[in-house]
Formats: sequence, structure tokens, C-alpha cells
Amino acid sequence: MLNLLLEPLGYEFMRNAIAIGILVGILCPVVGSYLIVQRMALLGDVIAHCVLPGLSLSFFFGVDILIGAFGSGILGALLIAWIRSQTRVKVDAAMALTFSTFFALGVTLITVLKNKLDLDSFLFGDILGVAPHDIQRTFVIAALILLMIKLFYKELLFYTFDKTGAQAIGLPINTLYFGFMAAITLTIIASMQAVGVLLVISLLVGPALTAYLLVKELHQMMIVGAIVGAIASIVGVYLSYYRNLPSGPAIVLVSSSLFLLALLFSPSQGILTRSTQTESTTRLMNRFKFLRRND
Amino acid sequence: MLEVQQLAVNYRGVCGLDSVSFQVSPGQLVGIIGPNGAGKSTLLKALLGLVPASGGVVHYCTCPLHQQLERVAYIPQRSQIDWDYPITVWNVVMMARTRQSGWFRTPGRAAKEIVKAALERVEIPNLCDRRIGELSGGQQQRVFLARALAQQADLFLFDEPFTGVDKKTEAIMLEVFEELRSQGKILLLSTHEWGQSLNQLDRLLLLNQCLIADGSPQQVMTPENLRQAYGAPLGNPLHQDLETSFFC
Repeated sequence: MLNLLLEPLGYEFMRNAIAIGILVGILCPVVGSYLIVQRMALLGDVIAHCVLPGLSLSFFFGVDILIGAFGSGILGALLIAWIRSQTRVKVDAAMALTFSTFFALGVTLITVLKNKLDLDSFLFGDILGVAPHDIQRTFVIAALILLMIKLFYKELLFYTFDKTGAQAIGLPINTLYFGFMAAITLTIIASMQAVGVLLVISLLVGPALTAYLLVKELHQMMIVGAIVGAIASIVGVYLSYYRNLPSGPAIVLVSSSLFLLALLFSPSQGILTRSTQTESTTRLMNRFKFLRRND
Repeated sequence: MLEVQQLAVNYRGVCGLDSVSFQVSPGQLVGIIGPNGAGKSTLLKALLGLVPASGGVVHYCTCPLHQQLERVAYIPQRSQIDWDYPITVWNVVMMARTRQSGWFRTPGRAAKEIVKAALERVEIPNLCDRRIGELSGGQQQRVFLARALAQQADLFLFDEPFTGVDKKTEAIMLEVFEELRSQGKILLLSTHEWGQSLNQLDRLLLLNQCLIADGSPQQVMTPENLRQAYGAPLGNPLHQDLETSFFC
């Protein structure tokens, strides 16, 4: 058994894959928790698609992809906010139009600019091709975002729970919103290589949702979500190694399986455990009625 | 003294508020009433700058109110809150100390004492570890009342505080309002409930985009004013019922 776990670690690509998997497995659920509690889970998917034009332009001009992807992702998020504020268009429609337009623009740019961007690895991730400098970059991004969340936790808690109330006490809600968008975009960029833009949404919401079913506070949701995310990444990479599965989808499927377990067996909200409680309550009530009849 | 002059709100070409002016002295409990869409919530939000005003000024103690928001406690409508949010009662009330604690700092012992006292005042100290979604509507409203108390504000704005609350909660709220009034605080509350609670108010503002009447409940709730605000003849059984419940 131990050999099964240790053998893959003999390869550098596996060590790198597990390292970056743990990093994004921790980072994504922490940021994703905010998406869930604000009912904005799909925004993660939208931004993930919106980074493509920036990525393509970065390749063409030879600048760091972080800059292009970040600018493009933020631009997409701001565009949605702008459409919402200026028109009667609802957020879901604004999101659908924006992300498909950005994605189409990105694919067009790749063709027109004759980029050597590997669309497949961008879409589905290539965690086994991770280089040490990718890990360093992901580590810096994760450390920065986690530090910011720690520093501004109480303000973000207020803002995400009661936006109007937060504005009423004078919190800079536009700055908080922009910071939040920046954190999502950076998280997506950091996770692109692990699971790809099509599946990053699953790592953003899956482990955090699993935690949501198990705990009662936001910070607990983040901690439990991070543990679940890290476990999903590690198990997914091992499955990918031993079963020759695509790594990104393997991670996502493990994450979704853990959610399914919580959905069924969560002590407070599990479908099976909840019905058991109801049955035991019914049994108790029947017993009570029985005793009263016999009194 | 709260002074509102010519306050107007336009939202994408639709008039939300039209040139509303009034003053409120310390120790006054003022109700804002009017039909649905009259601009009651918009008025409360416009006072704080939460919706952009197209004209007018709002001063508190001779300074613009939006520059001294730390002196204001605002309680939103129940419908604006996601009650499934993973947060406990204690942490909701602790939000009141966010500004006072300052950036990068966690609330200290003094803040915890204030929160504890606020929860005791609204008679739910035993619920502090419960998730907010597990509470009844009345208890949830008391949590927000405790949050307002813990802010130790001078000006309190309540948006539809009596909606969906039980009799006990309503009684506690009215007691707290009375205490705050006796401490010289200013309280403004919007309401569409026309029950006995209106009799507890010092003043009513009858609103329908513009200010139709301003005065004591007896001065404001006249058939003529109500017809002007609600636009229906007084033969309407709804109004008769409402008037009966108010004047009895």
C-alpha cells in the first residue's frame, strides 16, 4: 500500500503535479466559498472563459500570460457589472453573452495571430506538465490571496452577507468587489494548468459546497473546503497515474464524488441521515403516543 | 437634528422620490408610510447615499450624513438577506463593530461585551451559537435589532421592521424604540403595517414619491391624505379595514 503511494513520487512530474494540486485544491475552495454564499458560482465559469483573449494576446506580444489573462478576466467581470448597472438586462443573460463573446474572441485571436497556444491544455489542464516555476507562481498567488482574505475577513463577511448594510456603515463596497474579482481571476489563472478553464469551476465550487453541507460558518466552510479540495487533487492525480485517466477530469470527478458523499451522509443536512433522523423522531413520537394511551 | 432638503431620486428615468423635505429632532420616532412603490425604502437608502440622489441634501448635525455613516444603524428589509448564509447569530451581531474595530483588527473584549449586552436586550442570548437560518422570522429580526444596538449609533433607520414578526418580537422592538427615543436618538422606520404600532410613533411621513403629509399620526391619517396617497376612493374596503384598525 505504502509502495503504491510512494512509487509515483519517484517522478518529478508527479511531485510537481501533487504540489500544484494541493495548492489549487486549497486556494479554489477558499475563494469559491465567497462565490457560493453570494450565489455567484457561475461567475467563476464566466471569468475562466474570459481570460482566453488576454492569454492569446500575451502569447502574441511575448508578455507574461498572467498580465494578459488577468486583464482580460477582470475586463469581462467589469463588463458584466457595467451592463447590469446601465440596463435592465439580468445578470445571467449578461454573463452568458459576455463569456461566449470573450471565448469566441479568444479562439479567433488564436487563429488570426497564429498562436502556438495549446487550446486543449488550456481547456482541460495539463497538471502532469507543470514546471517548478509554475509551482512558484501558484504558491505566490495562493499566499497573496489567502493573506488578503485573512486581513479583510470581517469586511468581506459583512459585504457578502449584507451588501446594503455594509454600504450603509461606509465600507468601500466597490473596492471590495473589485478585490474579490481580482482574487477570483488570479485563482482561475493559478488553477488553469491543473484542471483547465472548463473544469476550474468545479474545483471552485465542489469542495466548498461539500463543506457547506457539513459546517455552519463561513470560515469553517473555507477550512473544510480546503481540506476536501486538497484531498480531491491528490486522489485525482494518483487515479490519473494508475488508471491512465486525464488528470483534470479525474480531480473534478473525485471532488464531485466527495460532494455526493456529503449530500447523502452529512450529519445535519444529508439526505440519508436526515431521513434517518425523521424516522427516529417518528418512532419516538409513536412510542410517546403509545405510552400515553397506556397511562 | 436630521435635515432633509429637496431630496430627489431618479432611477433610469423613473421618479423614485420627488423633492422630499423634512426635519427630525433628537428623540423622535418617525414612521414612513405609503403604498407599494411609494419610495419608502428608497427614501431610507437615499438618506445614506445607498442610491444616488438626483438632487437635494441630507445633513445630520450640520454635516452631510454620508460623511458620518458610523453614526447610523441601518436595518435592511428581510427579503434582502440570504438566510441560508453560513453564519451564526453571534457573528451577525458582531458585524456591528466592523467599523469601530478598524481595518486588519479582530474585535476585542469590549466589542464582545457590547454584542453580548445587545443580544441580552433582545432576549436571545441563548441563540448566539445558532445558525441564522435556523431561527424564526421574529428571532431573525431581533438579531438585526441587536446588530443595530451594538453599533451604538445616533440615527437608526429600519426598513419594514414589523414585517413577518411575532407579537413578542414586536413588543420587544417597540420597547427598544422607546428606550432609544428616551436616549435622544433619532429613529426612522418604513412600514406598510397599519396596526396599533402606528400609535407609538411621534410622527408619520405619508409618502407617494413626494411627501403628501407630515405630522402626528392623527394629523396624517385623514381620509383626504389617504385618498391622495393611495389613489383609491375611501369606499374601498381595504382602507376601511385599515382605518378601523388604526383608530381603534
